[in-house]
Amino acid sequence: MNAEKFLILKNPAAAPFAAVPCLSMDDFRAELIACNGTAAAFFEHAGKLVAILNSNTDDKIFVTSTAVPESRRYPALTPDRPMFHWFERELHEQTGIVPEGHPWLKPIRFTAEEAKPGVTDYFTMQGCAAHEVAVGPVHAGVIEPGHFRFQCMGEDVYSLEISLGYQHRGIEKMLTGGPDNRTLPVVEAIAGDSSTAYAGTYCRLLEALDGDCRISDRSEAIRAIAWELERIANHIGDLGALAGDVAYLPTASYCGRIRGDVLNTTAMICGNRFGRGLITPEGVGYALDDVRAAEMLKKLKQTEKDLNNALDLLFDSPSVLDRFENTGTVSRKTAADLGLVGMAARACGISCDTRSTHPYGWYKKSAPAIVTFPDGDVAARAAVRRGELAESYQFIYHLLENLPPESASVAPQKRMADAIAVSLGEGWRGMICMAAVTDNAGNFARFKSVDPSFHNWQGLAMALRGEQISNFPICNKSFNLSYCGHDL
Amino acid sequence: MLKILKARLLQGHRTGSFPDTAPTLPDRFAGLPEVQSCTEKDCAACAEICPTGAILKGESGVVLDMGKCIFCRKCENACSAGKIKLTGNHDTASFTREGLVRAASSPAYEYELQPNEVIKSLCGKSLKIRQISAGGCAACELDFNVLNTLAWDMGRFGIQVVASPRHADCVLITGPVSKNMLLALKKTFDAVPDPAFVIACGSCAISGGLFRGNDEVCNGVEDILKVDLYVPGCPPHPATLLEALLRFIGRNPGKLRNLSVK
Repeated sequence: MNAEKFLILKNPAAAPFAAVPCLSMDDFRAELIACNGTAAAFFEHAGKLVAILNSNTDDKIFVTSTAVPESRRYPALTPDRPMFHWFERELHEQTGIVPEGHPWLKPIRFTAEEAKPGVTDYFTMQGCAAHEVAVGPVHAGVIEPGHFRFQCMGEDVYSLEISLGYQHRGIEKMLTGGPDNRTLPVVEAIAGDSSTAYAGTYCRLLEALDGDCRISDRSEAIRAIAWELERIANHIGDLGALAGDVAYLPTASYCGRIRGDVLNTTAMICGNRFGRGLITPEGVGYALDDVRAAEMLKKLKQTEKDLNNALDLLFDSPSVLDRFENTGTVSRKTAADLGLVGMAARACGISCDTRSTHPYGWYKKSAPAIVTFPDGDVAARAAVRRGELAESYQFIYHLLENLPPESASVAPQKRMADAIAVSLGEGWRGMICMAAVTDNAGNFARFKSVDPSFHNWQGLAMALRGEQISNFPICNKSFNLSYCGHDL
Repeated sequence: MLKILKARLLQGHRTGSFPDTAPTLPDRFAGLPEVQSCTEKDCAACAEICPTGAILKGESGVVLDMGKCIFCRKCENACSAGKIKLTGNHDTASFTREGLVRAASSPAYEYELQPNEVIKSLCGKSLKIRQISAGGCAACELDFNVLNTLAWDMGRFGIQVVASPRHADCVLITGPVSKNMLLALKKTFDAVPDPAFVIACGSCAISGGLFRGNDEVCNGVEDILKVDLYVPGCPPHPATLLEALLRFIGRNPGKLRNLSVK
C-alpha cells in the first residue's frame, strides 16, 4: 500500500490529523476503488472527506482524505465499490454533499427536521401477480423498530428494502465535545447487547490518544472475558431464537434459560447482566479475584454442558437442518462486494475477525480461532455461531484458570490534540469502528461510530432475494442485526 | 424423540422460585439507593459526577431521582462520607413518579401494592402487554424478553406479550421516545382498547435517561402519555420488572417473604 496515498495505522492508533494525506479527487477515488480493504468509516470533517478502511490482508488500517469540492458534489464511489453504498447515503443525509451517480440517495436515518421516518420512495415492481408487503416500524414481538418493504411475485420475494432511523437518538452529536461524565455510559448504550465491546473499543480510542498509558495484563484479561461472555450470551440467544422460529421448542426454551445463566456470570463481575461499568478507561471497574474466577468457571462449565446438549438436539434434527440449509443464502462475492463484516461474513467463507486480523488488548497474546463456513446460508450462520461458542468457552476457561497477577494500570490522562484516532473491535456481530478527530484541546471535534449492522443490513436484504416471506424470521434471526447501533 | 426426552431429563426443571422467595442476585447488584442526610454544604461530588443529572445537592441534602438514575454507582464511589448506598434490593418500581425520588427524608423501603381497584379487577388474573420500543439501546427489551423464558415464566401469572395492540391491556414502553418513533408510539397506543395502561420501563422511558435533553428525543413518555407504572433501571433487572408487573396487576407476590406492606 502506497504510504503517500494513505496514512497507515495499527489498531488502535492516533496520529496528527494533518498527517492524513489529502489526495486529489481522482486519486482519492482511484485509491479507494483499488484498495484491498473493507470500508470501516467514511465522513466529512473540516472540509475533507475522510475514508478509513481496514486491510483485508494484514493488520493495517488505511486512512486517506480529499478536499470536499466547492460544488459539494463528487463522482460517487458506490457504482465502482458497492460497499460505500450505505456510507454515501449517510454522508449525503448528514452533510448534503452529493455523490453523483449514486443509485439512490435516500436518507438512512431520517434525521432532517422535515423528514418523516419511513416516508420516502421505495423500489416497486409492476405485474399482475406483483404485490408489496410492508412491515413495521412496530413489529409483532418485543424487538426494536424498523420498516421493511417486500416486493413479491406470488410467494417469492424479489426485493426487500429496509428503512431504519426510528431509534435515532443523536449519539454522535452527544459524543462530540466530549469526553465527559456521560460519554462512557452513552457508548455502552449504542447497542445494549454489545455494551462491553463498545466500551472496550472506546477505551482503546482513549488509550491511543494518550500514548503513555498502560493497562495491566489482568485488566486486559478480564476485559477479554467480558467480551467473550457477551459473544456467548448473544450467540446462545440467537441459536435458541432460530430454533423457536422453526418451531423446534426444546432447544428454544433451553437456550433462553442458558443465555440468562451466562448473563448472570457477567453480573458476577460487575453486578450488571450486560457488563455495564465493567470496562473503564482505568482498565476494569471491578476486581476479579481468584475465588470469584473459580466460581465463574464452575458456573460456565455447567452452562456449556447444558448448551451442548441443547445444540446437539438442534443440529441433529433433520427437519431443522432442512429449514436452515439453502435458506437466505448470501454468496461470498456479494458479501465481499457489500463489505459485510463479522459473523455474517465468516458464514460466507470470508476469513475476517479483528480479534485475529487487527488484534488488540489480550487478543494480541492469543485470540480464539477464526471460525468460517462457506455456504452463506442460515445453516452456515448457525454453524459459525456454534463454532465460535466452543472457541469462546475454551478461551474464557483458559483465562479464568490462568489470570495474570495483579499489577497497576496507568489510565489514559491526556489526549493528543488535532489528531485522528481509530479503534476497531470485534463485537459479537462483527467489526465495530470508532474514529475521533480531536480539537486543539484534545476534545472530540468529530466522533464517528460504525456498528457492524451498518454494513450487514444490506446482507440481510440480499439474503431474502428469492426466498419466501415466511423465511424472513429465520433469515433475520440468523443475522440478528442492531437497529439502535445503526440508528445511533 | 428419545433424545429429546433424555435432554429434558438432563436440563431439569429450571423455573426459579421467585417471587415466593427472594430472587438470586449477584452480590454486586446495584438496587434501591439509600440516601442519608448530608451536612457537607460545600461538597457536591455526587451530583457533579452523575452522568444523567439524577442527583440534586441542595440546602436540604441529597435528592436522588431513580427515574433518571442508571445505577452506575459513580455517586456511591464519589462520596467519601458514604452517604449514598446502592443496596441489593431489586424492588425499585413505583406507581407514582414521586415514588422514585429518594432522599434522607424518604420513608424506609415498604412493599407497595396496587391501590387502584379498577386495575386490580381488570388485570388481576390476566395482563396482555404490547411492548413498544422507542429509541433506546434494546437492553430493556432483552431483559423483558427474558421474562418469557422458562427461568422466569411470567405466563404462569397470566402475563403475556401480544402482537396486536388491539389485544392488549397496556403498553410497555422502552427508550427515551425518539422523535422518529413518536407517531408510531401514539398510533400504537391509540389502537389499544380503553382503559389502556402505560408502563414506562427503564430510565430512558421514564425521563429520557442518558439521552435526556437531546433534540432527537422526547425525554421519555411522561409528557406524551399518563404513566401507570414506573420501572427504573438501565436496564431493570428481570426480577425488578416481574415484581413490578405482579404488584401492578394487584397481586402480592412477596407475601411469603415477610415484607412490610405499605
